[in-house]
Amino acid sequence: MKRTRGEKIFNVCNIIILSLLAFTTLYPFLYTLSISLSSAAEASRGGFHLYPKGVNFVAYKMVFKNADLLIAYGNTIFRTVAGTLISLLVCCFYGYALSRPELPHKKFYTTFLVFTMLFSGGAVPIYLTLKRYALIDNRWVYILPTIMSAYNIIVARSFFMSIPNSLNESAKIDGANEFCIFFRIIVPLSKPIIMTLALFVAVMHWNSWYDSLMYITSNNKIVVQLLLQRIVQENDVQQMTQQMLNPDQTQFTSETVKSATIIVAILPILVFYPFIQKYFTKGMMLGAVKG
Amino acid sequence: MKTSKNKNTAARKNSTLAAYKKHYQIVLMLVPGIILLILFNYVPMAGILIAFKDYKFLHGIFGSEWVGMEHFSKLFAVDNFGHIIMNTLSISVYKLLIGFPAPIILALLLNELRLQKLKNVLQTCTYLPHFFSWVVLAGIFKMIFSNTGPVNSILMAAGVDKPLEFFSNGTLFRGMIIGTSVWQGLGWGAIVYLAALSGVDESLYEAAYIDGANRWKQTIHISIPCIIPTIITVFILNVGNVLNAGYDQIYNMYNPTVYETADIIETYVMRALTKMDYGVGTAAGLFKSVIGMILVLTANFISNKLSDDTLGIM
Repeated sequence: MKRTRGEKIFNVCNIIILSLLAFTTLYPFLYTLSISLSSAAEASRGGFHLYPKGVNFVAYKMVFKNADLLIAYGNTIFRTVAGTLISLLVCCFYGYALSRPELPHKKFYTTFLVFTMLFSGGAVPIYLTLKRYALIDNRWVYILPTIMSAYNIIVARSFFMSIPNSLNESAKIDGANEFCIFFRIIVPLSKPIIMTLALFVAVMHWNSWYDSLMYITSNNKIVVQLLLQRIVQENDVQQMTQQMLNPDQTQFTSETVKSATIIVAILPILVFYPFIQKYFTKGMMLGAVKG
Repeated sequence: MKTSKNKNTAARKNSTLAAYKKHYQIVLMLVPGIILLILFNYVPMAGILIAFKDYKFLHGIFGSEWVGMEHFSKLFAVDNFGHIIMNTLSISVYKLLIGFPAPIILALLLNELRLQKLKNVLQTCTYLPHFFSWVVLAGIFKMIFSNTGPVNSILMAAGVDKPLEFFSNGTLFRGMIIGTSVWQGLGWGAIVYLAALSGVDESLYEAAYIDGANRWKQTIHISIPCIIPTIITVFILNVGNVLNAGYDQIYNMYNPTVYETADIIETYVMRALTKMDYGVGTAAGLFKSVIGMILVLTANFISNKLSDDTLGIM
């Protein structure tokens, strides 16, 4: 197709608008990164930081000196790994069973699941129930209540339903039982959807803080996000007092430490993001089309 | 007649039993899920009774005394709950008004980009914020919107005489909440529309081009009409979600000086829980759950009626 002058102008404007938008999306992260690497004097000067000035790693040294952070990181990794594995297994079992036409009372089991998407007891009854189960201040509170995800199960079920039934039947003739069919035939065929769901669940675990805030009381059981929340909120108060005491004499400020903690907390996602983002889009489409 | 009916039910019972026996392995796969759903979703639902009781942990839910609607009347009279509902509604309606059309425009602009590589890179950038928690984003925005932060320094350079107090002025705070929420959801929301746009038949554009339609006309008469079903579905689902004003964002960004304009139902419940104000907290949560469920069901019903590709949940 031939391009008119108007179209050429539009193309250029479009590229400029979208690039500006992409820049506004990335800028807050660039700002945080450059503050975390800047010298204390530069960081406390304020203004529009785009790249670090007076590069140093004092703030990061401060962050890693903090023993609480390492413990919190351990807790986050524990909940992410264990939580994702258990959740995937249980959800895929449930989704696979729902996808089988021969399951008796299928409609009931589907409604039983979907109803939890529509209605919940609310924060207070959930808290009191967990207290009865002795899960308050227990690391398993991160994992057990989050295993079942109705949305993920529905997405998995839709995918399993698209696998031809004849595979299943021929395996049965060969004498395979249901679990054998599930692990030997269904799982290998469903790798893309399982990967996608694994990433969804893992990101959810990595980012959650509400359960740590509400259900955990010991400092050695909290997760990174909650520690970060505390650092950010404490610093609001600290900052004012610190600004009154001359900040130029210290090597770091609460801003640089806060930024460094934020960068450390999001590092795993930033590192993996370029590799995994295509799975996310795929999963989003599956959920949108069929979920 | 009667006996044959009885026989029928008996036979059906037997056949169900036989089906369970025959497919016990499939049923077994459901068992862990069912146990977890009962323990962590259905048992707490019984706790809703706390909204009508004077809850004492030692007596349990069923042993505690009934107080009728006392918690609800306290909620609406003393704690000014109507105000909190209005906050919830107005924040989420504003988020909907801006956050709903924005991804559509972004998707249309990205769709017009002919350089595939650049399109992928830009799109990947725009949905990055979706993957960070509001703890992280709030930490960043507290610096960006602070008195000496980049936003205020740009505004000062543009001629504003004193820094805007984003975290203590209620109106500005609400604006910032809405803006940052739209910023976060923009790229992620555009994915659905881009998928719909990529499914549009290329020959439609070619035919329009031969008929002399320019790019703008092609967008108005082909691209937009083709994604209307997606737009309607997404809109209805968003309306069903209108009671969720985004507690994790607000909890991480607000402070007591902006409670007046930023306190929403969930943040209220969270504070009630930390104050051990169980009855009132449950009542507020129940109010939200019931209205929310009615909204979601209505939305699902309408979207099923309107579109052929049903959501297929129920």
